[in-house]
Amino acid sequence: MLRKLFNFHGGVKPATHKEESTLSPIAPVPLPDRLVIPLHQSVGGHPRPLVQPGDRVFKGQRIGAADGSLSSAVHASTSGLVRDVVPAVMPHTSGLTTLSVIIEPDGDDRWGELERVNFRSTPPDELRDFLRDAGIVGLGGAVFPSHLKLKPGKEGALQTLVINGAECEPFITCDDMLMRERAGDMLKGIIAMRHMLQAREVLIGIEDNKPQAIAAVQAAIAASGETGIEAVAIPTRYPAGGAKQLIRVLTGIEVPHGRRSTDFGVQCFNVGTAYSIFEALERGRPLISRIVTVAGNVDAPRNYEVLIGTPMDHVVRLAGARAGTDRYIMGGPMMGARMPAFDVPVVKATNCILVGSPALFPPPPPEMPCIRCGECAKACPADLAPFEMYWHSRAKNFGKAQEYHLFDCIECGCCSFVCPSHIPLVDYFRFSKSEIWAREREKEAADTARDRFEFKNFRQEREKQEKAEKLAAKAAATREKVGADGSAAGAAAASSGTAPAKPSGDDAKRALIEAAMEKARQQKAQVQPKNTDAATPAVQAEIAAIEARRQVSATHPTDAPPDRPPSSGA
Amino acid sequence: MLTAILIMTGIALVLGAVLGFASIKFKVEGDPLVDQIDAILPQTQCGQCGFPGCRPYATAIAGGEAEINQCPPGGEEGIRKLADLLGREFKPLSEEHGVEKPKAVAVIDEETCIGCTLCIQACPVDAIVGAAKQMHTIIAADCTGCELCLAPCPVDCISMEPIAETVDTWKWRYPVFTIKQAA
Repeated sequence: MLRKLFNFHGGVKPATHKEESTLSPIAPVPLPDRLVIPLHQSVGGHPRPLVQPGDRVFKGQRIGAADGSLSSAVHASTSGLVRDVVPAVMPHTSGLTTLSVIIEPDGDDRWGELERVNFRSTPPDELRDFLRDAGIVGLGGAVFPSHLKLKPGKEGALQTLVINGAECEPFITCDDMLMRERAGDMLKGIIAMRHMLQAREVLIGIEDNKPQAIAAVQAAIAASGETGIEAVAIPTRYPAGGAKQLIRVLTGIEVPHGRRSTDFGVQCFNVGTAYSIFEALERGRPLISRIVTVAGNVDAPRNYEVLIGTPMDHVVRLAGARAGTDRYIMGGPMMGARMPAFDVPVVKATNCILVGSPALFPPPPPEMPCIRCGECAKACPADLAPFEMYWHSRAKNFGKAQEYHLFDCIECGCCSFVCPSHIPLVDYFRFSKSEIWAREREKEAADTARDRFEFKNFRQEREKQEKAEKLAAKAAATREKVGADGSAAGAAAASSGTAPAKPSGDDAKRALIEAAMEKARQQKAQVQPKNTDAATPAVQAEIAAIEARRQVSATHPTDAPPDRPPSSGA
Repeated sequence: MLTAILIMTGIALVLGAVLGFASIKFKVEGDPLVDQIDAILPQTQCGQCGFPGCRPYATAIAGGEAEINQCPPGGEEGIRKLADLLGREFKPLSEEHGVEKPKAVAVIDEETCIGCTLCIQACPVDAIVGAAKQMHTIIAADCTGCELCLAPCPVDCISMEPIAETVDTWKWRYPVFTIKQAA
């Protein structure tokens, strides 16, 4: 039976350039001299390092622990010596550094103890913790921690589990090769995911320009004997591999603004993620390597199984970079990010190293004015109006840009691709998004500061009031005491029949002052120096002599004897 | 004639009663304009504007006692927002109140700190922890960079350090194209 497929709005058909890198099978990469493993590789918190310089690590040993629930662990990709835990340049357009573990491989490539898990007999919560500690994240490019997505929806069971094998970006073929070569293992991972999500059906969406991958996956499904899993060929159109677009094509569900696909009983994972879940559960191997396409300006484009942390130029050397190479792009030509250096490490998000040259990717023609032709709106797969968002982003009118649903933009690059004025629309959208995020952070900081300032003022007021109350209470207590004394005296006077019984205000004040002075006198008497009490008679005598002398000199200062050297004491 | 006067008086009384009731029933506590201005101010509570905190400055602006260009941490953007809100003309930042600086946090040199608690008392947002004769330290996340702790320190052990950019705070730059002279 032929499945009814749906259509998503817009999209483009760039040249795919996929054949070149699918001619040879996935190749291993020899160990590099040095692995630089960034601790922050996935969406969420920054994992804290678990190793110190000088430690020996096994392959697959955890070196970074997940920081909170929205985070994922990081592991040593090979056995060796931890040289350092320092900030190193990360594969990010900014060229900023992030805390990384630098490992010098010992060449043995020795695994540590591997713990396997039977997903059918393990409780779901434990299974999710296991996947978090195995460092499983989405390998489609978003690197979102997978354990957070492997929860059944609010209704309990999920209707459809969508597996994303569309791989729509030009040049990239890592998922294609994975499906061709490892379909059976990948399918085991999918079955585990289906079990965790209690999904009724599984749809594996693969673009129809990968017939071999489709055949391999279909054969694997037939061999497994599982029902309710189907590999579906979908029309080749960029960006069919976007999660929302793929869900639309396969199920017809359009996930609206501000909602999640799980609200509609659909969850989506990449095929690479499925394979790494299989590796983690059935082989006990955490995510320490991934398949990376090396393409572009190289002699032999190919897919490699690369250890996380391998410098990119080490991998590119195998494929043979051609002359004129001036940049590496991580990802494809549509959404990829230019790397700040050639030796940045391969991370979990690296699906492709696209080697660029000015001949292959010429600099964009100068930006011309927007003519409001609307081509971008026709191409937008998210049903947005890019030209409107562009106007407002360009004018830094971020509120307006947000009104046009800027944050629904998936930055696929279709609008820039079709723009006849060569406007880098996505650059403007990225600029706007990061400015809006920065403003939100500032707003939050200002609100916190306001609260803290107001609380400090409140606290100071309260302290002042408490102090005043304490003083007043004390004064009242004293007054009462004196009043009691005074009234006793008054009573005595009244009994003798001379004075009125009630003391006037002046009298009360005077009594207070007298009481205070009396108290001060008593205190003064108590504060006499007492260290002379236990002195010997000789010392006592000397003290008496000195006191006498002081009295004399005080009364007759002119008769004071000339300066003498101080006495050496008793 | 008399009926007309009576009718008019009657209407006046009824409307007056309605207005009086509305003014009690829909009374707005506080000045909403002050809140709006306060929301724009950066809440560093630094006092560079000449008022003891952001809210007093907001009150002064609303009351027409202060100009809108006295807040250096808010910078030019803050002045523009205030000008928009109040319908006033934009003015460059007044120099006597300071200059716009990159965001910074205070850092205490813990070797030099003598534990005098003066900075703790000066901090408007309680972002310094410590006790008498104990080393003090700054809660960087809560520090607004107001510099009010610098002056009271008797041993000058507090310095301001600009906040470094991280991947989480990094921003995409505004697209700029260099225009080249055609040959």
